[in-house]
Amino acid sequence: MKKVVSLGLAAVMAASLTACGGADAPATDAATTAAGGETTAAEAQDGAEQSEAAPSAEGGSIKIGVIGPLTGDAAAYGLAVQHGAEIAAEEINAAGGINGATIELNAQDDEADPEKSVNAYNTLKDWGMQMLVGTTTSGACIAVAAETANDNMFQITPSGSAVECVQNPNAFRVCFSDPDQGTASAKYIGENKMATKVAIIYDSSSVYSDGIRETFVSEAAGQGIEIVASEAFTADNKTDFSVQLDKAKEAGAELVFLPIYYQEASIILKQAADKEFAPIFFGVDGMDGILSVENFDTSLAEGVMLLTPFAADADDAKDFTSKYVEAYGETPNQFAADAYDAVYAVAEAAKQAGVTPDMDYSSICDAMVPAMTQISIDGLTGTGTTWNEAGEPNKDPKAVKIVGGKYEMQ
Amino acid sequence: MSFLSYLINGISLGSIYAIIALGYTMVYGIAKMLNFAHGDIIMVGAFTTFTVVSTMGGNPIVGILAAVVVCTVLGVTIERVAYKPLRGTSPLAVLITAIGVSYLLQNVALLIFGSNSKQFTSVVTVPALKLADGQLSISGVTMVTIISSIVIMVVLTTFINKTKIGQAMLAVSEDKGAATLMGIDVNRTIAVTFAIGSALAALAGVLLCSAYPSLTPYTGSMPGIKAFVAAVFGGIGSIPGAMLGGIILGVIENLSKAYISSQLSDAIVFSVLIIVLLVRPTGILGKQIHEKV
Repeated sequence: MKKVVSLGLAAVMAASLTACGGADAPATDAATTAAGGETTAAEAQDGAEQSEAAPSAEGGSIKIGVIGPLTGDAAAYGLAVQHGAEIAAEEINAAGGINGATIELNAQDDEADPEKSVNAYNTLKDWGMQMLVGTTTSGACIAVAAETANDNMFQITPSGSAVECVQNPNAFRVCFSDPDQGTASAKYIGENKMATKVAIIYDSSSVYSDGIRETFVSEAAGQGIEIVASEAFTADNKTDFSVQLDKAKEAGAELVFLPIYYQEASIILKQAADKEFAPIFFGVDGMDGILSVENFDTSLAEGVMLLTPFAADADDAKDFTSKYVEAYGETPNQFAADAYDAVYAVAEAAKQAGVTPDMDYSSICDAMVPAMTQISIDGLTGTGTTWNEAGEPNKDPKAVKIVGGKYEMQ
Repeated sequence: MSFLSYLINGISLGSIYAIIALGYTMVYGIAKMLNFAHGDIIMVGAFTTFTVVSTMGGNPIVGILAAVVVCTVLGVTIERVAYKPLRGTSPLAVLITAIGVSYLLQNVALLIFGSNSKQFTSVVTVPALKLADGQLSISGVTMVTIISSIVIMVVLTTFINKTKIGQAMLAVSEDKGAATLMGIDVNRTIAVTFAIGSALAALAGVLLCSAYPSLTPYTGSMPGIKAFVAAVFGGIGSIPGAMLGGIILGVIENLSKAYISSQLSDAIVFSVLIIVLLVRPTGILGKQIHEKV
């Protein structure tokens, strides 16, 4: 009998070990619960959809791979990236493609897991991938970035925000890096004199969240912001925030900074309302999506501010949003917009670099890297976005405030 | 005052663990197996209520009843299809099957409901209780959770001690072979145990999601594991033990979040578990079993 119990405990421990090690804190941080994080290889196969834009016979096609979690608990991000990329590819193909060649996409599933991501990368290489739009989550992206640097494969990640994602010269990103978001948030709060006493609730098990918190804290000092409480939670313990909120309330916080994803933020808003604690809540790009949580009472999010590069109902995004809603039945989030811009950036740079379908990936990469620093994209996530040699985009974050269940530009 | 608030929140969280732990402990006590799919039955219960109340616009009471019915049927079916054929084989085989069922439930839910989290509308409409000039506010869900878990505990203990089927459950838990000789239908008794355990899981799911309203296909797995720990903590197989273990676990978790580190709370909870098991290997209220040589 005892054996059964100890066996069970061993299983629990093993499960929690994989939960810590396996996901390696992906940017999406999404619930890597002990039993939930892993799925079988068979499913990964099933989930890996091939989405091919019909190649035209004349110009040939340039093969672009997409990697992201299409199944598992971060699937919302990976699917958004896949869909955003598909819409961009269709538009570009309809407008004549890249130097006469069409874009052929192939999306592979990595379940936000670094190992599975490298497998997905190898699958795509076997398929004949010439450029990579991916991966979606930071943890997986860092693993794949090492491979692409080795192979000299051109890589642009829509949403891998960890610093290491683009540390190699062949890699670029569309989203802001974690440090940039922390610094920009602290600056925004300081310059607009929104609050002097700030509490932070962050996910200490996520590279994304912890990275933003760090730069926020170091910038805050210079902006006259006092951090009165800095409370953590982890991926395994993210349903009850009552203690963290109580401590923020007691410390007299006027503003609560939430460098976390919207799933947890939606619970925090609910629990804060129950406690009648009403500071200003300030989020970053991970907060984007909170209004699309099914059955979410949007009045809870009234007055929430966030720095996000993309707002689905902004004027310049209306076209994309309506196409996206029509094709996939949901409102696009920032990940979809990032992927859309990534594909456009690839197409623009490829035009400039004179990439043709018969080139191998290494020579494409050599041509693409200098071209990337010369282009300027008017995309969904920024106007006149340019890239520097470090692979970082240069664009302004947009601050939005949620008013009446909608984003309002500030 | 803040200490009281932390304590009450801890008891509320612990009560949810306790209700889930009751399901683990009953099934373990009677069928001698760890039903790792138990946490996912919670999730199914929560999704059933969500579908009835939020998607179809039904009455919350109907939603809760639907969850209880769906989970009971599901629990009995899982037992019949996946566990019963393996009864008598190695405990490892059943354990692995249970883990398999757990993944199956998660992925079917993922297929049906998708991975986007859903906001669960609380089925509890009791207003918050304000004490000491509003310094201490106890939410309605917290009160309802604590009261329900006490009621469930009393009803369950009475059921087991006073009814024929309850007595049969006790007999089967002590000695399956002897119970069969006494004319007890062991298979039926085990099926009833699964039915009760799963019905409790449905209630736990509704309470869990009313208190912490984010609902995803993975909602049940971490509370499930914590509740399993609570069951072992209190003494697996013991009903008061599960209750006690759950509440202690919830309180330790919340107080260590408040006074030690919000980041280390899980580590502290599990360390306490290890220490308790070193001192009392059968848990706080577990029976000491002396094996005969």
